[in-house]
Amino acid sequence: MSNLSDLSVRQALKLLQNGDISSVEVTQSYLDRIQTVEPQIKAFITLTPELAIAQAKSADQLRKNNPLEDLPALLGLPIAVKDVLALQNVRCTCGSRILENFIPPYTATTVQRLLDAGVVILGKTNTDEFAMGSSTENSAYQTTHNPWNQAHVPGGSSGGSAAAVSAGMAPIALGSDTGGSVRQPASFCGITGLKPTYGRVSRFGLIAYGSSLDSVGIFSRSAKDLAVIFEQIAGRDPKDATSMDIPVPGIHLNSNTDLTGVRIGVPKEYFITGIQTDVEKNVRTAIQHFESLGAQIVEISLPHTEYALPVYYLIATAEASANLARFDGVRYGYSAEETSLWERFKHSRGRGFGSEVKRRIMLGTYALSAGYYDAYYGQAQKVRTLIKRDFEQAFEHVDAIATPVAPTTAFKIGEHTNDPLAMYLEDIFTLPTNLAGVPGLAFPVGFDHQGLPVGMQLMGPHFKEETLLKLVHAYQLSTQWHKSMPDL
Amino acid sequence: MQYEAVIGLEVHAELQTNSKMFCGCPVVDATIAEPNTAVCPVCSGMPGVLPVVNQKAVEYALRVALALNCEVAHTSIFARKNYFYPDLPKGYQISQYEQPLAENGELIIDTPQGEKTVRIRRVHMEEDTGKLTHVIPEQGDPYSLVDLNRSGVSLLEIVSEPDLSTPEEVTAYASGLRDMVRTLGVNSGDMEKGVIRFEANVSIRPIGSKELGTRVEIKNLNTFRGMERAIRYEFQRQAALLDGGLPVIQETLGWDETAGVTYSQRGKEEAHDYRYFPEPDLPPLVVEKAWIDEIRAQLPELPRARMLRIQQQYNLTLEEARMLASDVDTMNFFEDCIQIDPSIPPRTVANWIIGQLFAWFNSSGESITSMKIQAQDLVELLHFLQSNRINQSTAKSVLDTMLQTGRNANTIVSEQGLEQVSDLNMIVKLINQVLEENPDQVQAYLNGKENLENWFFGQVMRLAGGKANPQLVKTTLKQALTQLQESKTEKN
Ligand SMILES: [Zn+2]
Repeated sequence: MSNLSDLSVRQALKLLQNGDISSVEVTQSYLDRIQTVEPQIKAFITLTPELAIAQAKSADQLRKNNPLEDLPALLGLPIAVKDVLALQNVRCTCGSRILENFIPPYTATTVQRLLDAGVVILGKTNTDEFAMGSSTENSAYQTTHNPWNQAHVPGGSSGGSAAAVSAGMAPIALGSDTGGSVRQPASFCGITGLKPTYGRVSRFGLIAYGSSLDSVGIFSRSAKDLAVIFEQIAGRDPKDATSMDIPVPGIHLNSNTDLTGVRIGVPKEYFITGIQTDVEKNVRTAIQHFESLGAQIVEISLPHTEYALPVYYLIATAEASANLARFDGVRYGYSAEETSLWERFKHSRGRGFGSEVKRRIMLGTYALSAGYYDAYYGQAQKVRTLIKRDFEQAFEHVDAIATPVAPTTAFKIGEHTNDPLAMYLEDIFTLPTNLAGVPGLAFPVGFDHQGLPVGMQLMGPHFKEETLLKLVHAYQLSTQWHKSMPDL
Repeated sequence: MQYEAVIGLEVHAELQTNSKMFCGCPVVDATIAEPNTAVCPVCSGMPGVLPVVNQKAVEYALRVALALNCEVAHTSIFARKNYFYPDLPKGYQISQYEQPLAENGELIIDTPQGEKTVRIRRVHMEEDTGKLTHVIPEQGDPYSLVDLNRSGVSLLEIVSEPDLSTPEEVTAYASGLRDMVRTLGVNSGDMEKGVIRFEANVSIRPIGSKELGTRVEIKNLNTFRGMERAIRYEFQRQAALLDGGLPVIQETLGWDETAGVTYSQRGKEEAHDYRYFPEPDLPPLVVEKAWIDEIRAQLPELPRARMLRIQQQYNLTLEEARMLASDVDTMNFFEDCIQIDPSIPPRTVANWIIGQLFAWFNSSGESITSMKIQAQDLVELLHFLQSNRINQSTAKSVLDTMLQTGRNANTIVSEQGLEQVSDLNMIVKLINQVLEENPDQVQAYLNGKENLENWFFGQVMRLAGGKANPQLVKTTLKQALTQLQESKTEKN
């Protein structure tokens, strides 16, 4: 059973259901794999092996004592969780010093729904501090290494989750995506990652970065595996007023790869100069593959795309400046040893936050300030409406939109650390979906000349995750890219 | 120079729903409850948790907005008001800014010049902050304690236009609003507990001028009396400044009740930049017309309508009705009395409240709610009077004793033997005694000094220890004197 960590979610669940393996065996095999590769990859901030084994034991017990039809859907399946999602009684750092010892007394709805479905939690994965970054280099704890080439970043901010799945340390991982933080690391690590529609999945227990943009997303090896998890976490949550009461379809992915009648739009604004040649070449090839499956490829325009980056960095930072005001060192988290109250506030934040977080708090505070609000935040909201309209108009004509995930493949660790703007450009193709609130799915479509994975993104209309999963499933049935695993 | 004041009021009223505005924590009496016991991750500002709007709070807010004749917005927006303070755990307060729940309402108040309509600019919802207690120990450094029981309690902010011009008008408006929220069942009106709080914007201008002067904002006005004093003080302070050729500075002031002065809390340059922006955690609040109609249909009788009804139904003068309508409790007391015993003429009840009780409140500092007697007790007393068992002046002194001791009329009357003598034989005996003991006065009376009749009346009442039925004494005395006159004429 040494290759358990290569199993797909469906295969693993099948073996568990048949009693071919126990949850303790599956869990232990992932823990063993973690022990072997984690020292090189550094995907986890906190590992929870005791919790995982205990959960696996009770899963096995439950299976022993109950008929199959009464068992929860994911019983005994191990997962990893990005360290921005709260799990009761397990520390949640958000990759920040300021939450180094924060133990939340509550569990995020997404995590709870998976726990209710029977999962086993392996640990909390590395992230850029407060999900602000594209490489995990802004984590206060460690930089995660790309399993395909350890000199390169895994992408970010959910780089720990992406690397964990890519390196076979977990079959499934949860992440969060505010401007591309699931899709870009999925692309860099050669796996499949879904950012659902805003409002489709509860944000309760997700420590906020940009509240109007944040989505909880999922990493796995294939669209088929994502669908299994998506069904469990999606749907209205009374604890999140922005979650929508729209029925979640049971997603049935069959072996039909005929895409006749499907229209896929290709926006000219996403194939710009500066995009890496290998990226464009592989994405274009993948688009041709969709065409060969019967899809109709349509050139479209999303005219306000060029404004998405500034709009994003005004709105996300403005919201972040308020969201991060609560970290004052009084009720929880890092507290500076100062006797005067205001000194304590200042130094707790001054020492607790890293430089990228401080940069964004300052940017956001500025964008909201009296005299600047109209020119910055106010204007950004207006342009956001135009970007949304771009998508609405496009989806009148096409079922999905195909683009690269990022302009480049995984860059080297340290390559962009002194150039925040270059780092921000990594998200240029992913953040429009967050501004528009539509779903996006990233999946591997090849490798560049260095052997680093190239990812493609499909974006869909609001609440049409099913369409994206079906399209990518058809692609993955007829290609092998998603089966490639890094040599570790 | 002669100046007039231009005053607007901001009123914060807690909406006393069972649970807080954005979480399930109970709303507790912050002055009694153990600190930090009604607290959860949402109202203590833990990371990752989210607010959810309490529908009951919206309903309560709509009651007030509709009672104040506001236009209710179909869609209103919650906003974050950002500032950093230890009583604000999230570092921002969820409030409403650009699109409030309701706008353009009014409240009618009574002034010496007649009715006045005070325009309401806006009514919006927000959450309350925690409470800080500053401690200065005998030894060691001062420190502050934070109690988050109040954090996240629903708060309604009602902002008037600057339509008020005197301290009395301000009180009439403030107490009118307080009556309104109490009548609507959304707030206890308990000012000592801080569930309703007032801030005044005050500026002055030369009489006749149309321009507005520089305004100051006065905070912590906790009593109506304090509010009147603060506004009077501020009026004089600003007038003195302008008369001396000095400018009024725009600032936020506190009111020191003990010293009777306002003091600067924050200047204009220190004014917060609250960086309001729409709260991304809450979708726009949509209020459908059907809901508005339903709430409007269920509104109780409002204080002003009640006053007009009371005037007509009980046939009172407008002035009497106004006096009774000075607050909801007085109206309740009045109507309770009538309900307990409809045989007592309403006007009698009204006169006893307006005359005797109000006088007692003025001299004792008590109020209709703090006094020791209830409607039942006044009714019992008036019943004694009505059935002639005591007379008017006895009744007044019995009431004084009741108010001072809280004992009931029955006890006082019987203990002190105050029940009035209506026994005719007894009264005849007393009259005869007076006439026999005062032959000179009788002679003078017979000689034409007829106003001595009152003197005889007084003597009889004195002899009866004030307990004789005065009406009976009067008629019987008249008969006795007439008899004396007739027998004198016969003798002549
Ligand atoms: Zn609470």
